[in-house]
Amino acid sequence: MKTYTCDAVVVGAGPAGSMAAKFCAKGGMDVILLEKKAEIGAPLRCAEGVSKSWLDEVGIKPEPAWIRGDMKGAIIKSTKGTTYQLDESKAGNEVGYVLERHLFDKALARDAAKAGAKIMMRTSCTGVIIEDGKLVGIKAKSMGEEIEIRAKVVVAADGYESQVARWAGMDTTLKLNDIDSCIQYRMCNLDVAPDYCEFIIGSCAPGGYIWIFPKGEGIANVGIGVMGTKCTGKADAKYYLDKWIAEDPRFKDAQILEIMGGFVSTLPGLDETTADNLVLVGDAARVIDPITGGGICHACRTGMYAGELLAELNKTGDFSKKALQPYEKRWRDRMEDKLFRNWMAKEKLATLDDDTIDEIIKLIKTSEITNVTVYNLLKAIKEKYPKVVEGFEDLI
Amino acid sequence: MISVNVDKCLHCGGCVGSCPKNAIFLNDFVLEFNEDCIDCGRCVKLCPVGALTKV
Repeated sequence: MKTYTCDAVVVGAGPAGSMAAKFCAKGGMDVILLEKKAEIGAPLRCAEGVSKSWLDEVGIKPEPAWIRGDMKGAIIKSTKGTTYQLDESKAGNEVGYVLERHLFDKALARDAAKAGAKIMMRTSCTGVIIEDGKLVGIKAKSMGEEIEIRAKVVVAADGYESQVARWAGMDTTLKLNDIDSCIQYRMCNLDVAPDYCEFIIGSCAPGGYIWIFPKGEGIANVGIGVMGTKCTGKADAKYYLDKWIAEDPRFKDAQILEIMGGFVSTLPGLDETTADNLVLVGDAARVIDPITGGGICHACRTGMYAGELLAELNKTGDFSKKALQPYEKRWRDRMEDKLFRNWMAKEKLATLDDDTIDEIIKLIKTSEITNVTVYNLLKAIKEKYPKVVEGFEDLI
Repeated sequence: MISVNVDKCLHCGGCVGSCPKNAIFLNDFVLEFNEDCIDCGRCVKLCPVGALTKV
């Protein structure tokens, strides 16, 4: 069997993996980045909407190639039809870009490669290598050939599947309540606003929402996430999305160009994202915003934090769980409060009926919020409907 | 046992990450269950297109 040896092996060339690989390599580490598919960034499993503020924080310069659209605002709509239009002047940095993920992901992998990371395509991790109770690398299938990659540290960036951590003995299993099943259509012939991202909440998408993210020329990503526990019987996301599309006149002439599925975790990150010689980043660490289902910014942050620390630790070669704690601390300090607050808000939102959601949107419309963020929205709700924020009012 | 309707499956990997036993594997367009599967039906409930059934 062919054996490779390196300092760090990163499983998965999504945003989290590429960022981790880039910062490891930048710090002088010998890095191998694995991607199981034949193309980085495709097939798509993403709605492609991101805010802008975090890009600078993780050192990503916006490139015209991967920006499909620069949004002017967002539209929040209830199932009953009450609409709140949020414009750029009020939305600040919460409004953002609609990406071309297949190009965005490749740009990040390119940056990792520029920094010195070695990319192995069509290489699927199939297990981990544990010797004398220690994680010493991973097993993989590369273009059909069984291989071993021995490394001082393994970065699990394998996305929602999160299998690497489980092979290594960690528990990344989710509660049913913390899973949203999603389906998305790339549609054309749509009569929707070209530069507003739309979110439809309520019984049309139990425990989730429907999104319409424009891609230009009457094309948009139209998708839905539903919480299994809020659906009677199966979490049939397709049924709910098809139902909405059939009833919304803007879809009268619409046609589907692409169908994709995908899941998101909706909890505030795992309790542990490190073990001896192992770091979890991005979706594999379950660091997705529980309200929006957005994970790219968290993926990039955790990837960068992990990469920077690993490069530092490489000087001593100590990648024990204890040595990895600064990573744990850094991402939690930066993100955990917000993730937790949004997780609580998600739990509450999922219990509200359409009439209450309608009332809340009307309240937001009439309130004088000048800078609309999830935080400020919750603040306005707290004043009028304290019950909605019960249990996490301290975070607002 | 869980049966996969290969004509419906979108290969999204959602069942893989939701399986409490880590018993599901997605290799390109092939979904495989190993012997660790306990038939709990979680993947059947969560599949966004209803491609999985308990048999």
